Amino acid sequence: MPSMKDDAVEPMLMIEARDIRKRFGQLDVLKGISLEVRKGDVVALIGPSGSGKSTFLRCLNHLEKIDSGHIAIEGETMATTDADGSCRYASSADVRRICSRMGMVFQHFNLFPHLTVLENIIEAPMTVKRLRRDEIVPKAEALLRKVDLLNKSDSYPSQLSGGQKQRVAIARALAMEPDLMLFDEPTSALDPELTGEVLRAMRQLADEHMTMLVVTHEMNFARDVSTRVVFMDKGEIVEAGSPAAMFSDPKHARTRAFLDHVL
Amino acid sequence: MNYLFEIMGPLLDGSVVTLKVFFITLVLSVPLGLALALIRVSHFRVASGLVSGYIWLMRGTPLMLQMLFIYFALPWVPVIGIRLPDFPAAIVAFTLNYAAYFAEIFRSGIQSVDRGQYEASQVLGMNYVQTMRRIILPQVIKRILAPVSNETITLVKDTSLIYVLAMNDLLRAARGIVQRDFTTMPFVVAAAFYLIMTLVLTWGFHRLEKRYAVYEG
Repeated sequence: MPSMKDDAVEPMLMIEARDIRKRFGQLDVLKGISLEVRKGDVVALIGPSGSGKSTFLRCLNHLEKIDSGHIAIEGETMATTDADGSCRYASSADVRRICSRMGMVFQHFNLFPHLTVLENIIEAPMTVKRLRRDEIVPKAEALLRKVDLLNKSDSYPSQLSGGQKQRVAIARALAMEPDLMLFDEPTSALDPELTGEVLRAMRQLADEHMTMLVVTHEMNFARDVSTRVVFMDKGEIVEAGSPAAMFSDPKHARTRAFLDHVL
Repeated sequence: MNYLFEIMGPLLDGSVVTLKVFFITLVLSVPLGLALALIRVSHFRVASGLVSGYIWLMRGTPLMLQMLFIYFALPWVPVIGIRLPDFPAAIVAFTLNYAAYFAEIFRSGIQSVDRGQYEASQVLGMNYVQTMRRIILPQVIKRILAPVSNETITLVKDTSLIYVLAMNDLLRAARGIVQRDFTTMPFVVAAAFYLIMTLVLTWGFHRLEKRYAVYEG
C-alpha cells in the first residue's frame, strides 16, 4: 500500500552514515560523522586539509575500517556497531558486493600502468563481472568517447597528461555501472590548466543525475554543480546546506573563516 | 683438432647433467619462491615469520652444506628421514635454496608496487587472487627481471657444486679429463660451454626486458 508519508516520496537513500568514528593511533580523525546521500544528490565535501574528509570517503567503501558507527549503502548494512560498542562488518564477500555499487576516483588516478587505456577500462568488467571482451569493448569505447579520449584507447597511462589520466579513471569506474560515484580530490594532483577538463566530465555526470560524493578544493565546482555542500573541520561536520546558503550566508564562524581563506 | 672431438663426448654428457639440474631447479624453485613471497607479505604473522626463518636458514648456510645434509644426514632424521639418490637429493637442495633467493626478489618486487594499485583493484570489485594475478604480479615481473636474470645466471654456474655427490656435471667431466691427460684444454672448452649457456640466458632476458619496456611504471 503506498504510504503518504514524506519519506516515501524522497529519493532512495544511497549512503547512510551514522556516527562514524575513526582514530589513527592517538589522533581522532573522525569524531562521529553522520551523513545521508540520496539518489541524484551531488554532495561536495569541503574543508581544510587534515579535516578528515578523505578518510571519511575511504571509510564508505572500505578502504579504511571504522572504529564505530553504522554504514549502509542503498539500504544494505556494511558495518554496524552493537550496543556494547563493538563494530561488526558484513562478510568480506558481502562488503565487496556492497562496495561494488560505488565507483571511486582517486587523487592520484591509480591507473594500471601495464595496461592500455582500453584494457584499464575493460579489466574489471571482464575479471569481476565475467563479461566477454566483445560485450564490454563497445561500451568501453562509448565511455571513452564520452570523456573525449577514444583516440587514446591504445596508449599506456604514462603517455597521457594528468587530466587525461583522470578522465580515463572516471571512465574505468563507470564501466562497472556503479549506482553512485565517490571522488577523492580528483583535481588536486593536476596542473591548474588541466582541472577544467576533469571538472567538465564530472559536471556532465552530474547532469545525467549520477549520485556523487565529491571531496574537493574546487569551490567553483561546489558552488555551481553540487546540490549540497558539507563543511568538515577537525573530524566533524560543522555545517551543511545548499551551495547558495553555504557560500552566501555561512552560519558557523569556522565555515566563514575557511571560505574567506579559500575564495 | 682430433683431440677436441675426442673430449667433446664426455663434456657434452656433462653439459646434459648441468642443464638438467638447471632447468628442473628453475621450474620448481620459481613457483615455490613465489608462494613463499606471497606468504611472506601476507598478514598471517606466524606463517610469515616461519618463511622469514626459512629464508634466513637457506641463505645463511652454504648450498654445498645443504646438499651434503640432504644426501648424507637426512636419512637419519626421525620422522621425515628419507634416503634420496644423488640426483633427486641435488634437485631438492637446489630447489629449496634457490626458492629462498627468488622469494626475496619477488617479495621486494611485490612490495614496490604502489598501494594505490591495490586500492584501485579493490574498489573495482576484484578479490585478492584477481588483484594479484591481473594487476600486481604482471607489474612485478617487469621490476624483477634484472635480479631474476642475475640469479638464473648464478644457478648455471652453481650446478657445478653437484660434484660433491660424485655426479658428472660439465666441470667434473672436464676436471676428469684434465687429470687424465695433463692438459688444460678441457677447462677452456668447459668455460666456453658455460659462456654459451649464459649468453643464451642473457639474450632471453634482454628480449623479455624489451617486451616489458612498452609501458613505464
